[in-house]
Amino acid sequence: MPKDHGIGASPKRREDVRFLTGTGNYTDDINVNGQAYVHFLRSDVAHGKINGIGTDVAAAMPGVVRIFTGADFEGVGGIPCGWQVTDRHGNPMQEPAHPVLAQGKVRHVGDPIAAVVADTYEQARDAAEAIELDIEELPAVVDMKAALAEGATKVHDDLENNLCYDWGFVEENKDAVDQAIKDAAHVTTLELVNNRLIANPMEPRVAIGDYNRATDDSTLYTTSQNPHVIRLLMGAFVLGIPEHKLRVIAPDVGGGFGTKIFHYAEEAFCTFAAKAINRPVKWTASRSEAFMSDAHGRDHVTKIELALDKDNNFTAVRTETYANMGAYLSTFAPSVPTWLHGTLMAGNYRTPVIYVNVKAVFTNTVPVDAYRGAGRPEATFQLERVIDKAARELGVDPIALRRQNFITEFPYATPVAVEYDTGDYHGTMDALEKIADLSGFEARRKESEAKGKLRGLGVNCYIEACGIAPSNLVGQLGARAGLYESATVRVNATGGLVVMTGSHSHGQGHETSFPQVIAEMIGIDESMVEIVHGDTANTPMGMGTYGSRSLAVGGSAMVRATEKIINKAKKIAAHLMEAAEADIELKDGQFSVAGTDKSVAWGDVTLAAYVPHNYPLEDIEPGLEETAFYDPANFTYPSGAYCCEVEVDPETGKVTIERFSAADDFGNIVNPMIVDGQVHGGIGQGIGQALLEGCVYDEDGQLLSASYMDYAMPRADDVPFYNVDHSSQTPCTHNPLGVKGCGEAGAIGSPPSVVNAVIDALQSGGHDVTHIDMPVSPSRVWAAMQG
Amino acid sequence: MYNFDFEKPTSVADAVAALAGEDAQALGGGQTLIPTLKQRLASPSKLVSLAGIADIKGVCMSDDGQVCVGGATVHADVAANAGSYPALAALACNIGDPAVRARGTIGGSLANNDPSACYPSAALASGATIVTNAREIAADDYFQGMFATALDEGEIITEVRFPVPEAANYQKFEQPASRFALVGVFVARFADGVRVAVTGASEEGVFRWSAAEEALSGNFSADAVPAAPGADGMISDLHGTAAYRAHLIAVLTKRAVAACG
Ligand SMILES: Cc1cc2nc3c(=O)[nH]c(=O)nc-3n(C[C@H](O)[C@H](O)[C@H](O)COP(=O)(O)OP(=O)(O)OC[C@H]3O[C@@H](n4cnc5c(N)ncnc54)[C@H](O)[C@@H]3O)c2cc1C
Repeated sequence: MPKDHGIGASPKRREDVRFLTGTGNYTDDINVNGQAYVHFLRSDVAHGKINGIGTDVAAAMPGVVRIFTGADFEGVGGIPCGWQVTDRHGNPMQEPAHPVLAQGKVRHVGDPIAAVVADTYEQARDAAEAIELDIEELPAVVDMKAALAEGATKVHDDLENNLCYDWGFVEENKDAVDQAIKDAAHVTTLELVNNRLIANPMEPRVAIGDYNRATDDSTLYTTSQNPHVIRLLMGAFVLGIPEHKLRVIAPDVGGGFGTKIFHYAEEAFCTFAAKAINRPVKWTASRSEAFMSDAHGRDHVTKIELALDKDNNFTAVRTETYANMGAYLSTFAPSVPTWLHGTLMAGNYRTPVIYVNVKAVFTNTVPVDAYRGAGRPEATFQLERVIDKAARELGVDPIALRRQNFITEFPYATPVAVEYDTGDYHGTMDALEKIADLSGFEARRKESEAKGKLRGLGVNCYIEACGIAPSNLVGQLGARAGLYESATVRVNATGGLVVMTGSHSHGQGHETSFPQVIAEMIGIDESMVEIVHGDTANTPMGMGTYGSRSLAVGGSAMVRATEKIINKAKKIAAHLMEAAEADIELKDGQFSVAGTDKSVAWGDVTLAAYVPHNYPLEDIEPGLEETAFYDPANFTYPSGAYCCEVEVDPETGKVTIERFSAADDFGNIVNPMIVDGQVHGGIGQGIGQALLEGCVYDEDGQLLSASYMDYAMPRADDVPFYNVDHSSQTPCTHNPLGVKGCGEAGAIGSPPSVVNAVIDALQSGGHDVTHIDMPVSPSRVWAAMQG
Repeated sequence: MYNFDFEKPTSVADAVAALAGEDAQALGGGQTLIPTLKQRLASPSKLVSLAGIADIKGVCMSDDGQVCVGGATVHADVAANAGSYPALAALACNIGDPAVRARGTIGGSLANNDPSACYPSAALASGATIVTNAREIAADDYFQGMFATALDEGEIITEVRFPVPEAANYQKFEQPASRFALVGVFVARFADGVRVAVTGASEEGVFRWSAAEEALSGNFSADAVPAAPGADGMISDLHGTAAYRAHLIAVLTKRAVAACG
């Protein structure tokens, strides 16, 4: 029988009561007394020299409080980058300045030029239209390869060229890889694009700066996945405000998907301006602004080669990728195509040598950074596509080819610097084969053919490095921050608990799943546990939520703090029952003395801690509150096998997804329903990337997909019902919960199986099509079929 | 949005009078106009809502058997009440989403004449009459290219009269993002011939595919549909090349004919 409580149960998400009844408290719901509104005047050209910004007329317009331009920020720091990549030759990446408001040049459509603060939002917008801009348009750099050509226009005049870095990984393996490819019995080559995406969380970004002149305290309310990170980056690097004078609050956040990790200029602006005008300043992005100012995702152009020996064993992988950074380096941008991508190129396979080359390129486009999966979807897509192509070229079954090359022994050190602790790739593939009903496929294909449709089946595996991550390791890799997580567990006198966590929940369901863990540990009801997050004033320093790290890292910190609580509570219980501490057992919320019928309840002990009349004051302090910081020893390595079945309408090229099956190994699972939901959502985004979503610029750097009229988000009827299985479980060996993280899996694991299925369908219809770039739109499929 | 005055008259005459002012503009369901205003791409001095004019709302049957749709009738109403012209009701039922259908009007759609909109193909293929406060305009004269119509400044569509064909069908191939018609084909078979109107495809807006009309008037079967028209003059954008759109015209025409039974 499924559990109804604790770890493994699926209680309904308690946060959904407010989310589904319109009673959430999002940043835009917050209004600070006396607030003014800011409207950003943004560049409508991709690249230009600012000759002048005339603000006199605008400044005199009704309601205008003040107009800021780049000149107001000359003494202020720029938006920092949180990760420094070292190139193949040992040199640091080229790192351009990123001013809060443009200085000297505009570098992408949407680059903020001036900020108008007024009594109302409409007044600010009216005045912004009266600003006289003198901008001399420069040629835009959009295509990455063209950006690297000799003599290309430079996005940043003070840099040598548009190359951020040329990264080789593992550089020492390069010769061995070249040799292995020369010696191979077969080499499969694939050139592909990992399409640029716009995250489009339902809630656009919002920021409110507030300043208290009496105390010199600044507060920023913002739509962030990690308020402490924003406090650190903005306080230390941009505005020079020490942490104790700066509070960052990220209340309910309506979806992040990575794009709300980063520190954005608008946050720094509102905080700065609130002090400058001594009045709160609020900004709410319109959807159009979100399209041209939220960091975009993906955007890789890759050539991958897979070498095999005569027995079809993989012998080497070599890749060359161009990764778009956009016009500036967003917070974690440099890490995405490198450490979150190159380290995953072994996938689930025993390839002995691997070489990954990545050229990161500046272009006149919106900055690109982590988006759900971040680097790992790009790695998975190219590897799983090239394996499929190899299977077709060699005439072998794609599942058998994968199985033959699976890693089977753990721990396994890959040639790309990571060590997988656990996994069972055959087990996960077995689970997939069951739920995907592979044996019924031929019959389903016949049914489709009878309707005039081509049916295809595509499979892929994935591996991801999650639970990001060990601080010392990421430090060596260039991170300018640690990646631990923290929790303070406060037990109240009457026994209820409050957990203050550095993990941030913006839809993941922490308020439901985290209490399940504590309920299990103490043996009390989940309703006795409350989760507090999102405010630097009342939570310990934490790094926030991304990289599927909340339960694996934040949850582990909470476990460690709760262990400390239980240890102390046992001491109190021992005192109350006049027994030895070593004999105290905790079960179902009762402390008992082993071998006796003596017991005290959890609530008796917590009350004693705060009303310490009968209490060992000479040995322990009163109160019951503990903090723990947890820094994992390794990443976690969730893995899985996915299967997609599509129908292609050969007349129109339209692809519909008929079945989708996902078998994942997430290690131990706390709330199976929430895990299912995370997988469903991730697959939805993966299908979006595979079939629908594409962010497109024209050659002048104008954003063509600038609204939902042209940027296709997946809708309910674009996705099928999913078969999801997580029965294959190899617990993580190095965190106390044995969990691996499930937040990104769906988005990482699904695009290759969709495209593999489309290729399978087309080939079954006699079309010699080996690849179609995403999004695999009807028009692209049709064009591919025309040859 | 810029500031504007707002009026909601209850008669066509009052609406026409209200629209006489400089830069005044009619407001139907606002599904096109309001987003335009929000983006500050238009700055009418006055909006004259047609939603309060009961006379130009609703669907009825004329004595000569035409389906008459009031100019301010919302798509949901047509979907529910144009049962005597099933292809028209089905078309209305598949415009946008329920919220759009609850507010968007046939008059607004035809006045706007978006090259990807659905209604223009129905009006043109049916040989409808667009009735305004001033005159009656045959569909063949009404559509004059992308976003261009025969309407004069301040002229209000009060009714659209659709002759009911013996058989008709609308095939819409959705643009993946907007779900407007990437290409839409409306085929209407009348006793005296077949009319085929194509939306979404041409840089000139909705048009009649005369080669198909001729062929189908002689032999109303999917096999009779001629080869796809040339790609010249077809729209090419993110979602499909001109050649693809041209190809879809033939595919959808065949499907529409087949669906006519
Ligand atoms: C999300 C979304 C999806 C959509 N999908 C589709 C789709 O799939 N297919 C499709 O065809 N359309 C679609 N539309 C457009 C929709 O049908 C609109 O309703 C229509 O284009 C405009 O009608 P309206 O009544 O809202 O007009 P408004 O927006 O109010 O006005 C549009 C223009 O027409 C003028 N006007 C309005 N009424 C009259 C009148 N009676 N006489 C003269 N001029 C008038 C206005 O002055 C204005 O210039 C969609 C719209 C949205 C927002």
